[in-house]
Amino acid sequence: MDEIAVEEMSFEQAMAELERVLGLLERGDAPLEDSIGLYERGAALKKRCETKLREAEEKVAAITLDGAGAPAGTTAVDGL
Amino acid sequence: MDLIDTPQTGENSPEYTVAELSGAIKRVMEGEFSHVRLRAEVGRVSRPGSGHLYLDLKDDRAVISGVIWKGVAARLTTRPEEGMEVVATGRITTFPGQSKYQIVIEDIKPAGVGALMALLEKRKAMLAAEGLFDPGRKRPLPFLPEVIGVVTSPSGAVIRDILHRLRDRCPRKVLIWPVVVQGDKCAAQVAAAIEGFNRLTPGGALPRPDVLIVARGGGSVEDLWGFNEEIVARAAAASDIPLISAVGHETDTTLIDFVSDKRAPTPTAAAELAVPVRHELLAQLDSYESRLSHALSQGLARKDQRLRDMGRALPRAESLLDLPRQRLDFAASRLGPALIKSVQARRVRLANVSGSLRPATLRRHIDDSKRQLGQSAQRLGPALLRAVAQKRGALDLRAAALRPQNMLRDVADKSGRLDVVVDRLRQIARHQLETRRSRLEAIDRLRETLGYKATLRRGYAVVRGDGAVITGVAGACAAKTLEVEFADGRVQVGTPLPGAPGTEPGEKPQPTAAKKPRRAPPGQGSLF
Repeated sequence: MDEIAVEEMSFEQAMAELERVLGLLERGDAPLEDSIGLYERGAALKKRCETKLREAEEKVAAITLDGAGAPAGTTAVDGL
Repeated sequence: MDLIDTPQTGENSPEYTVAELSGAIKRVMEGEFSHVRLRAEVGRVSRPGSGHLYLDLKDDRAVISGVIWKGVAARLTTRPEEGMEVVATGRITTFPGQSKYQIVIEDIKPAGVGALMALLEKRKAMLAAEGLFDPGRKRPLPFLPEVIGVVTSPSGAVIRDILHRLRDRCPRKVLIWPVVVQGDKCAAQVAAAIEGFNRLTPGGALPRPDVLIVARGGGSVEDLWGFNEEIVARAAAASDIPLISAVGHETDTTLIDFVSDKRAPTPTAAAELAVPVRHELLAQLDSYESRLSHALSQGLARKDQRLRDMGRALPRAESLLDLPRQRLDFAASRLGPALIKSVQARRVRLANVSGSLRPATLRRHIDDSKRQLGQSAQRLGPALLRAVAQKRGALDLRAAALRPQNMLRDVADKSGRLDVVVDRLRQIARHQLETRRSRLEAIDRLRETLGYKATLRRGYAVVRGDGAVITGVAGACAAKTLEVEFADGRVQVGTPLPGAPGTEPGEKPQPTAAKKPRRAPPGQGSLF
């Protein structure tokens, strides 16, 4: 978990890590220096999760197929 | 033969050769039955190496042979199996060489819903035996997929429902792979779509979906049949992308539902399974953030409190000694009992040792000693006798030297010498007696001359008062009686006078005074 940079985490990874960090911090047995580090990491993770959620925008496309049934491209789908 | 060679009606009709008739029959049959649909139960099926497929189609009263040429057999969506109720489409042909006819099958399909369900059950059993329905094969769905692939008809309510629900919960990128969702082509297209999505590379021009939804609206069993086909089920099972199946209504179950990672009862439900609700997540994140802050400040406060508490709880140096002191007390209290216990242990050892000190052992010692004593005692008698004999020998030797004559002579010698000594002793005694007597007489004479009695004869007297010699006037006045001794005797002189000493003019004080040093006690006379 720790090897992946927060900026590269998927939403799920960031969320799980955030919950882990929260658990550590709430257990209250982390040393003082670690507590502050944990808090900062938690804040970064929260930001990452939020970004992932907010950047989501609906984009619907239909695949167009060539004669052999292989995907050739997409066409925008509107009005659904 | 003549008897029966009676001309009959129609005898003049033309005669066929076998080949002609066979050809005629062939023409009639193939003309008449160039396209038939035959409902039958599949009998014996054989698949020789040629690739053609031979089978019997039968009912309870008749059998017709059937053949499916190799090219057709490869196209078939239904594999005819023995016992299957089918509707076969084809034409009748004859086989003149053997007087046979058969149906050449162009297409064959299961007949009716019952037959379809029986077929479905069979497929299910087969795929289950292969382990494709194994719960262990099911993969978890991603929590928040970036791209969702949907395999369905691009028009219609299904895709609209899915997109609506996705929009409500959490807008995502959606890729639609259009397929026909019923009919002959359905299965092949759906299978190809699943495989096609899996072939996409993540982050490519066409992004590879993180989750797939295979969806179709409700319909009859026949309508949904494409999703019961083996190729669809196998494609879904082989998919690396987690797959949600949502085919038909909730009550419809198709084969793909068993192999998919998650089965949704409706397309809308599939959308709900695919994505979480965004605003809920945002709210959760906010709560996490406040919990983070709270936990941090709580942690700091707790540490602060602990520091203070520990500062207070630092033990006094003195109390550090309490425990060792207590240990000492404890050890000391155990010392006495330990000693007692040690003594007891030794006592037990003593008891053990003394236990082995049995009378028998002692008796053995005694017996040994007694035996030694007996041996010594036995030797004692002879030894004594031997000693006595030795001594007796010596005694005899001495006794032999002891003669009575010698003794008598000795006695006579000694008594003679004794007489001589006695005589000399007597003479010495007599001589000494005489010597001493004469000396005594001389000394007595001397005494007589020196004693006061001689003095008395020269005219002196001794005055005594109350028996004691009086040497002065005071003594004479004090005495009751006075006695005067002269050379020839004593005389009492009156009774004492209470007057002065001058009333005794008869007294001669001077001689008294003169005799004073010659005073002698009356006892002195008793010597003579």
